[in-house]
Amino acid sequence: MEWIRQKLDQFKVPFNKGNKLEKYAPAINALDTFLYTPNHTTQKGAHVRDAVDLKRTMITVVLALVPALIFGMWNGGYQYLHQLPEYAGGVPFMDAFLHGAWKILPMIAVSYGVGLGIEFAFAIFRGHEVNEGYLVTGLLIPMIMPIDIPLWMVAISVVFAVVIGKEAFGGTGMNILNPALTARAFAFFAYPTFMSGNKVWVSEASNIDAVSGETILGSLASSSDVPYSAMDMFTGIIPGSIAETSTICILAGALLLVLTKVGSWRIILSAFIGAAIMALIFNALPNMGIEGNALTNFPWYQHLIIGGLSFGIVFMATDPVSAAQTTKGKWIYGFLIGFFAVMIRVFNPAYPEGIMLAILLMNVFAPVIDHYVIQANINRRKKRAVSASGQLKTAV
Amino acid sequence: MSKDIRIKRGLTLRLKGEAEKQVVEAPRSKTYAIKPPDFYTVVPKMVVKEGATVLAGDVLFFSKYDENLKFTSPISGTIKEVKRAEKRRIIEVIVDADPTDSFKDFGKMNASSSTAEAVKGRVFESGCGAFLNQRPYDIAVDSKDTPKAIFISAVTTAPLAADLGFVLKDKVAAFQEGINALQKLTSGKVHLSVDASSEEILKGITGVELHKVTGPHPAGNVGVQIHKLDPINMGEKVWTIGAEDVAILGNVFLTGEFRADRTIALVGSEAKDQKYYKLKIGANSSDLVGQVSDDIRIISGNVLTGTKLSNNQYIGFFDNTLSLIPEGNTYRMFGWLPFTYNKIHSNSRTSFSFLFPKKKYALTTNLNGEERALVVTGEMEEVLPMDIYPMQLLKACIAGDIEKMENLGIYEVAPEDFALIDYVNTSKLEAQDIIRLGLDLMITEVG
Repeated sequence: MEWIRQKLDQFKVPFNKGNKLEKYAPAINALDTFLYTPNHTTQKGAHVRDAVDLKRTMITVVLALVPALIFGMWNGGYQYLHQLPEYAGGVPFMDAFLHGAWKILPMIAVSYGVGLGIEFAFAIFRGHEVNEGYLVTGLLIPMIMPIDIPLWMVAISVVFAVVIGKEAFGGTGMNILNPALTARAFAFFAYPTFMSGNKVWVSEASNIDAVSGETILGSLASSSDVPYSAMDMFTGIIPGSIAETSTICILAGALLLVLTKVGSWRIILSAFIGAAIMALIFNALPNMGIEGNALTNFPWYQHLIIGGLSFGIVFMATDPVSAAQTTKGKWIYGFLIGFFAVMIRVFNPAYPEGIMLAILLMNVFAPVIDHYVIQANINRRKKRAVSASGQLKTAV
Repeated sequence: MSKDIRIKRGLTLRLKGEAEKQVVEAPRSKTYAIKPPDFYTVVPKMVVKEGATVLAGDVLFFSKYDENLKFTSPISGTIKEVKRAEKRRIIEVIVDADPTDSFKDFGKMNASSSTAEAVKGRVFESGCGAFLNQRPYDIAVDSKDTPKAIFISAVTTAPLAADLGFVLKDKVAAFQEGINALQKLTSGKVHLSVDASSEEILKGITGVELHKVTGPHPAGNVGVQIHKLDPINMGEKVWTIGAEDVAILGNVFLTGEFRADRTIALVGSEAKDQKYYKLKIGANSSDLVGQVSDDIRIISGNVLTGTKLSNNQYIGFFDNTLSLIPEGNTYRMFGWLPFTYNKIHSNSRTSFSFLFPKKKYALTTNLNGEERALVVTGEMEEVLPMDIYPMQLLKACIAGDIEKMENLGIYEVAPEDFALIDYVNTSKLEAQDIIRLGLDLMITEVG
């Protein structure tokens, strides 16, 4: 394998410092470091370093997404094909999977192509290395879109999310909102006919009248019957955004995130608790003499396994950049996401799913939560200083 | 009242090449050097010129801003060279060693029955003031100060560091006399922290608050212990001193001579004869390890906080560990794949190394990735057992926001407390360097 390294080093010569292609070095370095972990040694500080780096962390998230993605491809095909008369006897696995993959893979290609293009351009323009954050964002964006969304809408949403949602704030690590949800929110408000209603959630449903594709939340909001069992909801054989439907596949990803400590178990757990409590409050309304409606009376545990709630909690709320950063803050942040997600679901018929808005809202409030958690630490320190010397001395 | 300290958060890094518990007399170096950069913030003013002869204990230089803070020769000999770097900054004062040492006689003194003034005078006159460090800021002390307390850590938790209980086992009498002297320097108490190994040796020491410390690294860091026992507030000053240095200081009072004896643990996967060696402060590293190739890094100190040495350079003034580890200037194909390259230790769970907590590793100096923006949260807190938000403090230091740094506890930290953050953080942020720059800013702005 030594020859690959030698070829690469040869190829990189014009990009080295002082040579004419120097400013394009971030682009070539991104490709090089994808192949090889560089030979950089420690120059200051600790002489030895942990094996983990941002690439490894991000790839772990991508791996965690794979079960939900595979299921999403199969379900994308299945939801359409099983309604066709020729598949009345059952849908072969590969037929369903290939139909879904045929729709979804181009979306992933567009998302990565456009997003990474912008990331590379900004890295070259700003003279820093390409950050790996987009590896996750670029996969998340197609996974939370309806299956029939036109590719150009995916592309424009990606542009908006990366440029306005991320780079405008300074790039990876500085963004306030989760970029993938920014893309979805943009698409949701810019192209509502492609992002909501009862025709977009199943492949081809808008073209073929015989195919229906209402989501469970849509049915509940319009007070019609839900034709799915709790088991369907848990395994995910229901209509919805591409990868959001299967709670079990999402939990498999969550398990990897929690075991590798890449995702915060505190946020995941507290968000589910928050959602459960809000749903239980609604469920309790009839006991208090308030009749409620189909959504409020929907069993609390089923609230947890439908819609994008679990996908959002596991993969979006845990985004460390836009989440709260302190341990206490994470508990509060997660709890409120779950709480508000179910609240928006129930109260706002214009947005059948509340998790997207709940996470974006809490993204905005995460710094405030952290501020008060840290302020408590500061106050503790000040109080100690006063009790030690009888007065508070400060430098400024 | 003594207070036991139990540390939960942290990381004990298990490396290959631990020193065998056996003390060997190291060959005497031909040249020794005292390196002024070891004494942070000291601007040296030379007393002796090249060619002058000195006894062990004769002053080599003193601090330009504190004439009492003197730095004395660890051996007797002839001044060979005053080595300067850019802007004529003195980086090494090299002494050609006599075959055997002759000592300057300071006269014996009973620390317990002498006045505080006399004791302090003797400590600084003999050059033992150099062993003292001031917190906050982790800098050389000001001889005019009277600290609110003095802290000594005899707890060994740093990777492969010399076991202080073992180092001190024949020096208890001198250690006790050193404590007697230190008591006179402070208006408060002298705190001594011990672990299981040093408790055996030091449990009979009187005149100290004895604290038993348990837990992973950085439990042995004196800064962590201060934080748990008596945290530093704005305007307060405490002093710290190394455990073996207390014995050197005690010896000055017992014998009237400055005997700069240092026991060094030679450790690391690339070191041969990993044992404890008796030598003098400022010895030449090559006399202990010979000439090593470029593939090996010599570190004066432990692998987390030490300084890189080239061949023929001198061991640092405070260091009691010499670590030799392989350089890691090699490429690794697809190094980013999770659960690959499990032979490299990781505190994160993206490597299977967490399944083998007892395994010892031979780590290289490879950075294992590139520097990135801060993304991952919560990992720094896991290795900093203080009531401090490390990431927020680091960001305040980067931004140079003095008010925020103060609020977040800059007075309570030293770069060494952030060494494990250097190690674990995913973004390869140079946390020790950032804290040092933050402390420097505080010194210039606040003083």
